[in-house]
Amino acid sequence: MKELLILGAGTAGTIMANKLRGCLPAAEWRIRVVDEAADHFYQPGFLFLPFGLYTDRDVVRPRSRFLPRGVEFVQAAVDRIEPDRRRVRLADGLELPYDVLLIATGTRPVPGQVEGMTNGDWRRRVHEFYTFEGARALQASLRDWRGGRLVVHVSEMPIKCPVAPLEFAFLADWWLTTQGLRDKTELVYVTPLSGAFTKPIASQVLSGLLDRKRIRVVTDFAVARVDNERHALVSWDERDVPYDLLVTVPPNLGADMIERSGLGDEMNYVPTERHTLRARGHENIFVIGDAADVPTSKAGSVAHFEAEVLTENVLAHICGEPLSERFDGHANCFIESGFGKGFLLDFNYQLEPVPGRFPFPRLGPLALLGESRLNHWGKLAFKWIYWHVLLRGWPIPFVDHRMSLAGKQIPAGALKAEMAG
Amino acid sequence: MAQKNIAGHTVDVDAEGYLTRPEQWNRAIAEALAQELNLQLTDAHWKVIEFLQSDYRERGTVPGMRRLNKVGGFATKDLYALFPDGPIKKAALIAGLPKPASCV
Ligand SMILES: Cc1cc2nc3c(=O)[nH]c(=O)nc-3n(C[C@H](O)[C@H](O)[C@H](O)COP(=O)(O)OP(=O)(O)OC[C@H]3O[C@@H](n4cnc5c(N)ncnc54)[C@H](O)[C@@H]3O)c2cc1C
Repeated sequence: MKELLILGAGTAGTIMANKLRGCLPAAEWRIRVVDEAADHFYQPGFLFLPFGLYTDRDVVRPRSRFLPRGVEFVQAAVDRIEPDRRRVRLADGLELPYDVLLIATGTRPVPGQVEGMTNGDWRRRVHEFYTFEGARALQASLRDWRGGRLVVHVSEMPIKCPVAPLEFAFLADWWLTTQGLRDKTELVYVTPLSGAFTKPIASQVLSGLLDRKRIRVVTDFAVARVDNERHALVSWDERDVPYDLLVTVPPNLGADMIERSGLGDEMNYVPTERHTLRARGHENIFVIGDAADVPTSKAGSVAHFEAEVLTENVLAHICGEPLSERFDGHANCFIESGFGKGFLLDFNYQLEPVPGRFPFPRLGPLALLGESRLNHWGKLAFKWIYWHVLLRGWPIPFVDHRMSLAGKQIPAGALKAEMAG
Repeated sequence: MAQKNIAGHTVDVDAEGYLTRPEQWNRAIAEALAQELNLQLTDAHWKVIEFLQSDYRERGTVPGMRRLNKVGGFATKDLYALFPDGPIKKAALIAGLPKPASCV
C-alpha cells in the first residue's frame, strides 16, 4: 500500500483530498490528512462576523463532513517533516510514512511578533479578525462602541487575503453610518505600503474610494510597537498613531512546524516551484495554498486554482511522467466595499488587476475593478460555493484555473513577460 | 530612461533615482549616492549593502525586513540607526539595486 499524506485540512488540503480520492485507486493508495483542529472555518466569513452580518453557524463546520469516504482524518499537531526519512512526526510521537507528501498548513496571524501587541489592550482595545476568536471578541467590542478613533492597521506584508483589511475599513464606514456613529468616529487606515494596495492600478482605484469614504490613510508605516499606556501605534521612524480601538492584521507566518523541519524561508513559507507547485529540491513533496512562497495572493480562490494543476502534477509524478501542468498565479478576489456593493479583482503572475468584465467579455455580468451591486452578491454567494462546490474539489462553472485575458482592458505595459522557475 | 552623472560616471536611473543597470555600480558611486542622502558610509553600512547585493544575486529580489533580521542578522533598530526613515529603500538605492517591493 502506498501512502499519500496531506498536512493541513483547511481549504487547500480538503480540496486535494477530495480530488485525489477520486483519481487514486483505493486498493493501491491510502490517503491520510492530518490537522490539529476538528473544526473547519470559512475564513472569508471572519470579515462579516464583527458586524453581526454572519453568525458562528455561517463560518464553522466539522472538518470530517467535507472529507470523502476513503480518506482517513488524523487529528493531531504535526511536529516536523523528515524529508530524508520520508516520514512525518506528530506531536504525540507517532510517525506517518509517505510516498508523496502535500504541505497545506497555510499561514496564521502571530501578534506576538509586534512588541506590545498582546499586552494589556489585547482583545480589549486591540483586536484582530483573522481568527474565529478574534472576530468574535471584536464583535463584542464594536457593540459597545460609542465613537472615537478607530484605526484599521496592517502590520506587514505579505498577509493572506491582502484586501481584507481594506474591506474591513469599508464595512466599518457603512456599519458606523447605519448605527448613527459615523460622525462621531474618525476612521484611519494605516499600512506599511506606499499606497492602499499592493498592485498599482487597483491601488489607485481603492485610494479614491478611501478618500470618498473619508477614511484617512497613513502610508509607509513600519510598526515598531504598540504602546499600551498611551494607546498608540509607534513606527520605527518614531511616528505615532493613537487609537481608541485598533483593528490590526498581525504579521502572518507559516506554521512553526515548517521551520522545525528546516523547509521554510524567513516567514516559514516553503520555497516552491511557481508553475509545478513542487517543493524546491524535494522530489516527493508538493506545496499548495498559503503555505507556498509563490508570488501571488494568499487566497482560497488561489488554492482552488492550484488544486486543478496539482492534481494533474501529482498523478504525473506518480506515473513517473514530467510535471506538465502549469499554474499561472491566477487569483480572483471579491472586495466588499460597503452599502451593498463590491469590487472584483482577477489577476495572475503576469497581469495585475485591471478593469473589464467577468467571466464573459462584454456581457460580464460581473465588473472587474469597478463597484457594483452584483459583485456584492457574488461575494455573498461565495460562502455557499465554498461549502458546497469548492471544498468538494468541483470546478466552478466558466472559471478556468488559467486566467483569461478576454474581457480585460489592459493598459500598455501592464502585461509582464512570463517569469522563469 | 534617465541618466545621471555621479562620481565621474554616467549611470542609467529610474524616476526615483534607482540604478537600472547594476553592472554600472561601483563603490565610488555608492559613496556619492550616500552623500546625496546625507549619509557617510561606515563598515556597518557596507555590511548591509553587501548583504543586499549578495542576496539579490542569489534570489533576484531585494530582501525584506524579516530576511535582513533572520538571514542577515541585522536588528531592525540598528538598520534604522544606519539608514534613517527607510532603511531598505535607502540601502538598496546606494547598493545599485532596484526599488524594493517591501515598504521600508
Ligand atoms: C479575514 C479573512 C478573509 C478572507 N477572505 C477571503 C476571500 O474573500 N476570498 C478568498 O479567496 N480567500 C479569502 N481568505 C483567505 C483564505 O481563507 C485562505 O487563503 C485559505 O483558507 C488558504 O487555504 P490553506 O488550505 O492554504 O490554509 P488554511 O485553510 O488556513 O488551512 C491550514 C490548515 O493547516 C492546519 N495546520 C497548520 N499547522 C499545523 C500543524 N503543525 N499540525 C496540524 N495542522 C496544522 C490548520 O489547523 C489549518 O486547518 C480570507 C482569509 C481571512 C483570514
